[in-house]
This record gives sequence, C-alpha cells and structure tokens, in this order.
Amino acid sequence: MTHVTNVETAEVVKGRSLWQDARARFFRNKAAVASMIVLILVSLFALFGGMLTPWSNEEIDWNLMGDVRTLGGPSFETKHYFGLDPLGRDLYARVVQGTQISLMIGIVGALISVIVGTLYGATAGFIGGRLDNIMMRIVDILMAIPYMFVLILLLVVFGRSIFMLFVGIGLISWLDMARIARGQTLSIKNKEFVEAAIATGVSTPKIIIRHIVPNLLGVVIVYATLLVPSMIMFESFISFLGLGVQEPLTSWGALINEGAGQMRYGTLWMLGFPLFFFLISLFAFFFFGDGLRDALDPKDR
Amino acid sequence: MNAQSPLLSVRDLKVWFDIKPKGAMPWTSPDKLKAVDGVDFDLMPGETLGIVGESGCGKSTLARAIMRMVPAEGGTVLWLGDDLLSLNKQGMREHRKEMQMIFQDPLASLNPRMTIGQIVAEPLKTHYPDVSKAEVKTRVREVLDRVGILPNMINRYPHEFSGGQCQRIGIARALILRPQLIICDEPVSALDVSIQAQVINLLMDIQQEMGLSLIFIAHDLSVVKHISTRVMVLYLGNVVEISEAEQLYRAPGHPYTQALISAVPIPDPKAHAENEVMLLDADLPSPLNPPSGCVFRTRCPLAEKVCAETKPPLTDRGNGQQVACHVI
Repeated sequence: MTHVTNVETAEVVKGRSLWQDARARFFRNKAAVASMIVLILVSLFALFGGMLTPWSNEEIDWNLMGDVRTLGGPSFETKHYFGLDPLGRDLYARVVQGTQISLMIGIVGALISVIVGTLYGATAGFIGGRLDNIMMRIVDILMAIPYMFVLILLLVVFGRSIFMLFVGIGLISWLDMARIARGQTLSIKNKEFVEAAIATGVSTPKIIIRHIVPNLLGVVIVYATLLVPSMIMFESFISFLGLGVQEPLTSWGALINEGAGQMRYGTLWMLGFPLFFFLISLFAFFFFGDGLRDALDPKDR
Repeated sequence: MNAQSPLLSVRDLKVWFDIKPKGAMPWTSPDKLKAVDGVDFDLMPGETLGIVGESGCGKSTLARAIMRMVPAEGGTVLWLGDDLLSLNKQGMREHRKEMQMIFQDPLASLNPRMTIGQIVAEPLKTHYPDVSKAEVKTRVREVLDRVGILPNMINRYPHEFSGGQCQRIGIARALILRPQLIICDEPVSALDVSIQAQVINLLMDIQQEMGLSLIFIAHDLSVVKHISTRVMVLYLGNVVEISEAEQLYRAPGHPYTQALISAVPIPDPKAHAENEVMLLDADLPSPLNPPSGCVFRTRCPLAEKVCAETKPPLTDRGNGQQVACHVI
C-alpha cells in the first residue's frame, strides 16, 4: 500500500462485510443459485400467473363440466393449460391461487419464527439465570402440547379460516427457533466483543440488538429457509385433512388431496400439476437453505 | 508511598464462584471457588500496575470484578472515593466511561458484523448520545490515527485486519472516551513478538501523553517488567507480593516470585544455561479447596509449621516492596 500523506482527504476505503463475502460464496454454489431461480420463478408464477388465463379459480366451465375425464385434460385450445379439476374449474388458475396461499403460509410462518423466536431466544440466553429458566420452560410447555390437536380445536371452535391457520402456525413456529437462538446466544455472549460492550456500559437491549442478533442471523436465516417447506407441508397436511383453507380458495395440499382422490379415474393431471409445483418448491427451498448455510458458515472465513 | 491520593483503591476484594458438584441436587449448597480471595492494592494516577501469576490464579477475574463484570463476594473498590461495588447500575454506568478495557483475543473482541468505525464509535455514542455525526466521525478518525490505523479504513470490517491491527482498534475503542484507567487483560499474549513490542510501546506512549493509569495483566514477565511501574504477583487468588518493578526483578521477596523470576528466559544461551531455574514441586492446588494458612505452602521450599496455621499478611519490607510470607 502506498503511504497516504494526507489521511483526511484520502478516499475512504470500502470494506467487505461478512454478508458480502457470504453472498459471493453463495453465488459460487450452482445448486443454490439454480434453486433460487426456481423459487423466483415460482413466486412470479404465483403473483402474475393469473394474468395469463381468462379463467378464475372458482368459475366452472359448463361446456366441459360433464365430461372432465375425457375432455378436461390439459389443452391450449380450451385455454385450460393444466386441465380441469373434478368440478370443472380451471386447474391452472387454481394452482396459481394455491401457490399464493402455500407460499404465504410458509413465509409468514418463517417470519414469525425469525422475529419472535430470535428475540425471545436471544433475550433468554443473554440475560440468563432465572429469567432464562422461566422463558425456556414456557417454550417446553408449549412444545409439550400436541399442536395438531390444538390447531384442530382452534379451527373447529373459531371456524375454519386462513386467519386461524396463520394464528395456529404463528403459535408453534417460533418455538424451535427460540431454542436455537438461545443456544447460539449462549456461545456468543461469552465472546470478548460482548464483554467489551458490557464494560463500556452499553444497555442490555442494545447489546442484544446490536451485538447478539446480527451474529445469530446466519444460523437463523438458514433455519428459517428450512422452516418454510415444513410450514408448507404442515399446511398441506391440515388442508389434506379438510381443515385448512376453504373452498373456493385452495392450496397445494388441498389440490393434491383432490387430485389423489381422482387418481383411479385416470385424470392424473389433477395430481401431477400441483404435486410438481409442491415438489420443485420444496426441493428448491432445501437446496437454497443448504447453500445459505454453506455460505454463512463462519468456519469458512 | 507518595502523598497523591490513589485513583483506584481495592480493599479485601473477594470473588467467589458457586460450583455445583457433579450430580448434586438442586438444593445442595454449592461449593465456593475462591477465584480472588482478599486482594488489596492501590493504583496511583499515571501509574502502571502489572499483574502476573500463572493460569487460573485470578488475574482476569480480578480485572473483571473491578469493572463489575463479575459480581464480587465482598470488599470495596474505591474509585476516586466512590465505592464501585455499592453503586447501582446507573451510577456504575457513569463511571464506566472513566475506565475501559482491552482484551486478550484481538479479533474476538471486535464484533465481526460491525465496521471498525462503528466499533470505535460505540462507547462515544453510548455515553454521549447527543454528539453529532460529524463530531463522532472526527473523534473516531483522530483516535484511529493516534493508534496508527489509517482513518480511511473506517468502513472495513475486523476480519480484514491483522491481529496487531485489531488490537490497535481495540485500544482505539478504549481511548475514545479519554478514560483515566485502562485495564489490559493480556493484551499482547495472542500476538507475535515483534507486534507485541509495537503494541506495548504504543500503550506506553499513549499513557505518557494522556496521563493514564494502566492495569496490565500478563503472564510474560519480561513484558510486564518493560511496561510496569509496580508489579503485583498473584497466587491462587491471593497477593503474594507487590513491589516496584525494578526491585521485584532484582530482589524478589516471596519464594513464589523468586521461582517465577528464575524461570524467565534470558536471551543469551550461555547465561541461560548457567541460570538455575527454581522448579516448584506439585501442581497448583484447587481453588475449590485451597491449603490452610499460606496458600503457597504446599509448594514452598521454605514452608514451616506456622505457614499451615495462619495466613501471612502483606507486610512492607522497605524499597516499596510488600511481601506476604512468614519466613522471609
């Protein structure tokens, strides 16, 4: 490096943060990049796919309704790209709409778990002692309750609605995250930079937000991306039981359920299209999460 | 001692940790690990007090207890007349800007997700939240310049610097509030010898310039000799000797100090070969169950009967040397 005589006027050197390093590593991972592209495409499909078809997810095509099995297959002529569902509704429009619901549930679940779980776990872990004990026992208790049972009760008592589904998913999704965040916090809080902050007199909430949480985020983001598919599967299972989203709305799980019921009549497209989107999205989420984990692993530094 | 009043005056400081025996029931009373057991010393303004001792003798715990980062069991820490241990959180916060700390692992003491500009500015922003952004920036640049980091590096991250540079950044962070005391917890142990010298000399320069007091913890006796005005030797949480640095190295009083000094390598192979190292028997006793009387008696070549019965007090031996020993 050349000697800089006038430091005040010298150009400020740009630093490369760990995030930038991680991004560079992530983009070197081909599988992760490919799955990111798949996820972007699926999201675009969910957002704008509805514009490509004249049909809506609840309209019944009366012309073909009586003969779905022979005439209702995928065809560009009838503008039913993915064919019809057993009631004669356009499957393409329904897959678009189901994708919206499923992705939304996955993302909302992951967001709740990131925000609530991380702050909860970091607070419990950092403050420690009795508060930690109480907070983590609450998590244990919530985990011990069979959530599926609670969710079914919720849906039965308060009526089946997407909102209740979100509440149910919100209630359970942050528990694991809180434990993971707490565990990580315990290892970070003994690092010297946290001690330095304590010695300087930085207040506890600021230490948690400024020093603990940013260093947790690597682990948390990875776990969150892996949580998205499990939330989607969770919703699919609920919908498969018939308790999830209600007609005319639908989701991947409900569509797959419907398609699976028609399998023996030879109308495999009803199962195939939703299953295809379900599978590629889950695969993509898993690879994306793996890629993130490799990229953010501090040991690679 | 001179007539000046001490900056920091520690009396009978005790730090005990609760250790649960393995497989203990929740209601059994825990064992007490006496990490620091009754330490007294004074620190004058502008003075450097070196603290030496082997691993686990309570050096770092002592430093952390003074900073109130670990709770003390008893004793007083008088800082300009205020007892730090009895202050509430808010009161302690006020004093934190007057004393700062430098840590052993240079990289680990900097948050990897923050730029060094943010790291160095943090103490300033914490204690003076109203200072303008421009002012913060000027102060950060000044202090980085002072420790020999180019101020145009403020947007870089800690992992982009070497160990020595990271330690300089740590020093900058400690200096930005212009404290009166800096506690250095083994600041050079993790650095190369050549870098050690740079960092030590930087610390000494800054000390002269700003009239700081330093508490300098290390296990490298040569380094301590170079920087300290006085040296305190700890053994198993007890002070065995406090002495002027020159005096301690020329004529160590306590048998433990003698053993330590005799083990300092001499940078001359011939002289080193002739130098007789005083080897101590046995291992360091467990601080969970320290020996009765003088804690050093189990390894002391001069131990007598009285050593097992009463704990020797720290007594003045002239020449600014205080030794805790019955025999010598």
